[in-house]
Amino acid sequence: MNKLARWGLTMPATIAVVVLLVIPVLLTIATTFGEAKGPFSTYAAFFNSGFRRAVLYRTLKVALITTAISLVIGFITAYVIAQMPGRLKSIAIIAAVFPLLTGVVVRSFAWLIILGKNGIINDTLLSTGLITEPLSMLYTEGSVIVAMVYLFVPLMILTLTGVLEGIPRDLIEASASLGAKPVPTFLQVILPLATPGLIVGAVLVFTGSFTSYATPQLLGGEKQMMMGTFLYQRAMVTFDWVGASTIAAIMVVITIAVVTIMSRIARRLNPMAV
Amino acid sequence: MPTRVHPVLGAFAALVFLFLLAPLVIIVGASLSDTTFLTFPPQGLTLRWFSNIFHVEAFRRTAITSLQVAFLGTALSLLIGIPAAYALNRYRVELPRWLSTLFVLPILVPEIVFGFSLLKSITIGLGLPVYPSLILGHALLVLPYSVRVVGASLASFDFSVEEAARSLGCPPVKTFMTVVLPNIRAGVIAAFILAFITSINDVSVSVFLTGPGISTLPIQILAHMEQFFDPTIASVSVLLMLVTVGVMAVVEATLGLTFLTK
Repeated sequence: MNKLARWGLTMPATIAVVVLLVIPVLLTIATTFGEAKGPFSTYAAFFNSGFRRAVLYRTLKVALITTAISLVIGFITAYVIAQMPGRLKSIAIIAAVFPLLTGVVVRSFAWLIILGKNGIINDTLLSTGLITEPLSMLYTEGSVIVAMVYLFVPLMILTLTGVLEGIPRDLIEASASLGAKPVPTFLQVILPLATPGLIVGAVLVFTGSFTSYATPQLLGGEKQMMMGTFLYQRAMVTFDWVGASTIAAIMVVITIAVVTIMSRIARRLNPMAV
Repeated sequence: MPTRVHPVLGAFAALVFLFLLAPLVIIVGASLSDTTFLTFPPQGLTLRWFSNIFHVEAFRRTAITSLQVAFLGTALSLLIGIPAAYALNRYRVELPRWLSTLFVLPILVPEIVFGFSLLKSITIGLGLPVYPSLILGHALLVLPYSVRVVGASLASFDFSVEEAARSLGCPPVKTFMTVVLPNIRAGVIAAFILAFITSINDVSVSVFLTGPGISTLPIQILAHMEQFFDPTIASVSVLLMLVTVGVMAVVEATLGLTFLTK
């Protein structure tokens, strides 16, 4: 009876995940090995093409830069939030949650108004006479990175605020009462304790930006094709489904590898673990 | 944590908040501009772009689709996710560990890959119409919220209360409804809200699952932006932000916003 109950209760969700996600994704990956020219021919074609390689490198580069900038901004801001008095802290958290809950399309769209040819930055610079021709800031790597940082900083702030608040106050007081100055306390007590959380935040931002679609579509366009937009273009514009599946498979492998390796490292680095 | 912050750090954090909120203020400003192009600060004030939303039939139709898909998808995910979360907590020792990993796969697998695979295997492969595919896709996308958020509140539930009810002769389903469910209410509400907002904002899965006459609001906004760059988009965005404000008010009233940092 018990056995039946525990399997029966998980069954609908298990079937849903297997039928709708696991099998379709495995089939997508499987089609990439079924080519007449040999099982790895589509991967050879991907990595032999300078254009496709460039898309992969650009995606990795944008994701890494976004992660690095978000980590620094998120950590400092979370550090400040963690020390705010109660009321101010709630306001700060609301200010971080609001953009997080606002859709990715809306948040990327804001940057079109800011960075566009007739956007706020160009308008301001033109009217002050600093430039005479509008700058083309859209459809550059920079515009994609700015919008991605904007997208992911709130996530980083909230993750790291939780992490920093979880550090027991006693440890910091102990460090101070034993004569450590704020900087050594930060480097030797707070930072090591926060490292697993920093890794979790970094993985969230890296995988999120590596696999994003809407932001590179709006701010990068055709010029700054990234893996997500490339997959869509192959699948829905040129109907090259094997090509699209190859991109999909590469994205899955990289994402899962990053998540598994980094969470293993995070576990190992956790000084609170027994 | 000590309570003194270096003023440089404080100023930096203030700039970060400016960076986070200014773009949203700019959208609100642009939506009110009495010009046919997007600009900030607004030149002249008008609400005509808001009334224009209701004249563009595609916005109205896709907004209704988005709401339906979000409600049905979220409901479906809770329907299969709550029993799974219950079993995972109640019979933790007896169930294999891969089972809980299985339920977070929709977060682990890139959304765009999931959307594409769903289109390929289910919509085209099995011939399932676009609309049910869209609902199933969204249900799966938000399933991790149902399982994990509800699971988190079940983790602090004292199952001996349930045993007491059972031993006093209360049937299992009734016990769940009258004893367990009221105790995990906060978790269910939180899961619903997070799932709903994720679904309504989704682009990567929906972008593959739109067909003739069926599209969601974010996809429609993207399509509209490629043709027109007028303040209508800004006013739709403002309406979506108002939805977010509403959601945050509900979260604050039921759980307190700080639960989001836990």
